[in-house]
Amino acid sequence: MPQHSPARFSGDFPPFSQRHLISIADLKQHEIVDLLDRAERMIEISRQERKSLPTLSGKTQINLFFEPSTRTQSSFEIAGKRLGALVVNMSVKTSSVSKGETLVDTAATLNAMRPDVLVVRHSAAGAVELLSQKVGCSVVNAGDGAHEHPTQALLDALTIRNHKGTLAGLTVAICGDIANSRVARSNLLLLGALNVRTRVIAPRTLLPAGIENLATEVFTDMEEGLKGVDVVMMLRLQHERASGKMIPSVREYYRFYGLDEAKLSHAKPDAIVMHPGPMNRGVEIDPAIADGPRSVINDQVEMGVAVRMAVLDALLPARNEA
Amino acid sequence: MTRPLIIDNARIVDPASGTDQVGAVLIEDGRISDLAIGGPAGVPEGAEVLNADGLVLAPGLIDMRVFVGEPGKEYRETLASAGEAAVAGGVTSFVMMPDTTPAVDDGALVDFLIRRAQAQSPARILPAAAITKGLQGKEITEFGLLKDAGAVCLTDGAQSIQSTSLLRSAMGYAANFDMPFVHHLSDAGLTGEGVMNEGLFATVLGLKGIPREAETIPLARDLQLAALTGVRYHAAQISTAGSADLLETAKSRNNKVTAGISINHLCLNENDIGRYRTYFKLTPPLRTEDDRQAMIEALNSGVIDTIHSDHDPQDTEVKRQPFAEASNGAIGLETLLAAALRLLHSGDVALTTILRAMTCRPAEILGLETGRIARGTPADLILIDLDYPWQVSEKSFRSRSRNTSFEDARMQGKVMRTIVGGKSVFMHEDAA
Repeated sequence: MPQHSPARFSGDFPPFSQRHLISIADLKQHEIVDLLDRAERMIEISRQERKSLPTLSGKTQINLFFEPSTRTQSSFEIAGKRLGALVVNMSVKTSSVSKGETLVDTAATLNAMRPDVLVVRHSAAGAVELLSQKVGCSVVNAGDGAHEHPTQALLDALTIRNHKGTLAGLTVAICGDIANSRVARSNLLLLGALNVRTRVIAPRTLLPAGIENLATEVFTDMEEGLKGVDVVMMLRLQHERASGKMIPSVREYYRFYGLDEAKLSHAKPDAIVMHPGPMNRGVEIDPAIADGPRSVINDQVEMGVAVRMAVLDALLPARNEA
Repeated sequence: MTRPLIIDNARIVDPASGTDQVGAVLIEDGRISDLAIGGPAGVPEGAEVLNADGLVLAPGLIDMRVFVGEPGKEYRETLASAGEAAVAGGVTSFVMMPDTTPAVDDGALVDFLIRRAQAQSPARILPAAAITKGLQGKEITEFGLLKDAGAVCLTDGAQSIQSTSLLRSAMGYAANFDMPFVHHLSDAGLTGEGVMNEGLFATVLGLKGIPREAETIPLARDLQLAALTGVRYHAAQISTAGSADLLETAKSRNNKVTAGISINHLCLNENDIGRYRTYFKLTPPLRTEDDRQAMIEALNSGVIDTIHSDHDPQDTEVKRQPFAEASNGAIGLETLLAAALRLLHSGDVALTTILRAMTCRPAEILGLETGRIARGTPADLILIDLDYPWQVSEKSFRSRSRNTSFEDARMQGKVMRTIVGGKSVFMHEDAA
């Protein structure tokens, strides 16, 4: 048994070997499981009346969002604050970047403020990685273009594990705009690393090239793709961008790829329904399902805070103890 | 009057004549005045003798695709710095793309460039003229006046003309003046927001892909228009097996069709991008290893005529960006030959094939008298140590920019001496 110290919650776990969390692809299986186990403990903390741990006390966390996202930013903010960090939110859309400052300049400026962790969301794939090369602190990817959104995949896995008891032997279907989804990529990598069977379901125009060569089954017929699955993961459709080019209309999309009772009936009777949010009710999902008994969408939000607490807790002591 | 120079005991490799033998070359008044193949040279009185034992003597390289920042972006590259970089890489002549500010779409600018290059650059700089005014793809330029001013070919540089009707009239008018028509192939619609080769690797990186058809569809169109108009058509650079197939068919019917490739597409593939390394963001994009192998085969079979550096200086400001937002392009003048020699050392391509694609083929396409070792031709020559080991380091570049796709690469083979018009303009520090 590792020595228990009430002040150092993370002391219950072996030191985490990563400095940044940029991509699920960088994590080994045991590191994923370790983060999920840490998050499990964070759920307990978050459900207490006194929802705090002092592990990040005295540390500075900057949430640097080049792309607005109220829910992800709030989730990281709450996670940091529950761990005692000083949390600063920076929405960059309106500040220096629009004045021609490059990402690398921004990184240098922020680095000089000596943060301990940067949580970064950017619209370009690879931007968070680039930034991580230019700063001296830990960096957490809160979503970079269509590349990855690692904490989303972790919170999804935690949600599934809590509802199903285990991830082993399950089949997960991911449905919708796979081509433009960082959530889909991170989930495929994470579930693949834990040997969970995955399927992707989308019209051909929303499937990225070469997806059939990733370890996943590809379906263009939703009813067929949902047959016998344990988990249905819906993705948000950016219908303003897709309409007229990738799909003809929202109503046709809903008819063939929107999750309604008829299609969901092909999944296992106890299948759960997930969505990373924000939802387009009536575009990719029937409101009755989104708010119905099989929906675990609100649980995902709760797991999100726990997972982000776990990630911050794992990354920060790892450096100081090294 | 400079002293006559004899380069003796060299392995003379001249693809134009098929020569690959030890011999000597006599240079007088900037030209090759005599050749002695297989035997010792007679030494004229007062001649300087250079013993080139162990070295290859080849025609100076002719690079058909080089971008220079002058005028407009001198902080990236000037005519002088490009010229210095060129001769250090064994390039004695290069075609300068019209993508400058302003674009080279006017005879006066061609005249200015020729004069300024003669004064500033140790390498011969051959200006290409824009096909369309301001490289806008809308109105054709004054091909006749541009040719009179000294432009060696027509091209819209990195721009690809999208209008089929405009291309038809531009090719027809170029045929009228017998001007080589060099065209970069990129279908704007299919390329869209794509930033790398379409496929599994792009999907994993979350980057938008560029399908091969963004190259093959415009190439198929161009080849049909070339046949229709009778223009001397040069596909600026190809990257896919499908393009090689189209070219093979077209060339069997139309001897005015030629094609080029950048050294990057012969030596690198999309995996070199790794984790968003923007120095490997090129146009056309680096493709798969299968495509690269197909390109080597197309070079060996003669479907691809020329190899160029696609030297494209970019500053760190536009390269140190997220991949999708970074500029295209890599410098290449100083690594062109060494990178090409990788194909020799790997056993993929013969030395004469490599050199032909960088000497006499471009000379034939452009109508130059250089690119060969023959009596009476200008003495543009290089001495190569085929095995000299070295490592690419951005610090040693003569180019003003640093965006090389061969940083830290280990190379085998280097230019030891570069001669332009009989004058030694570059000597390697280890040259004997």
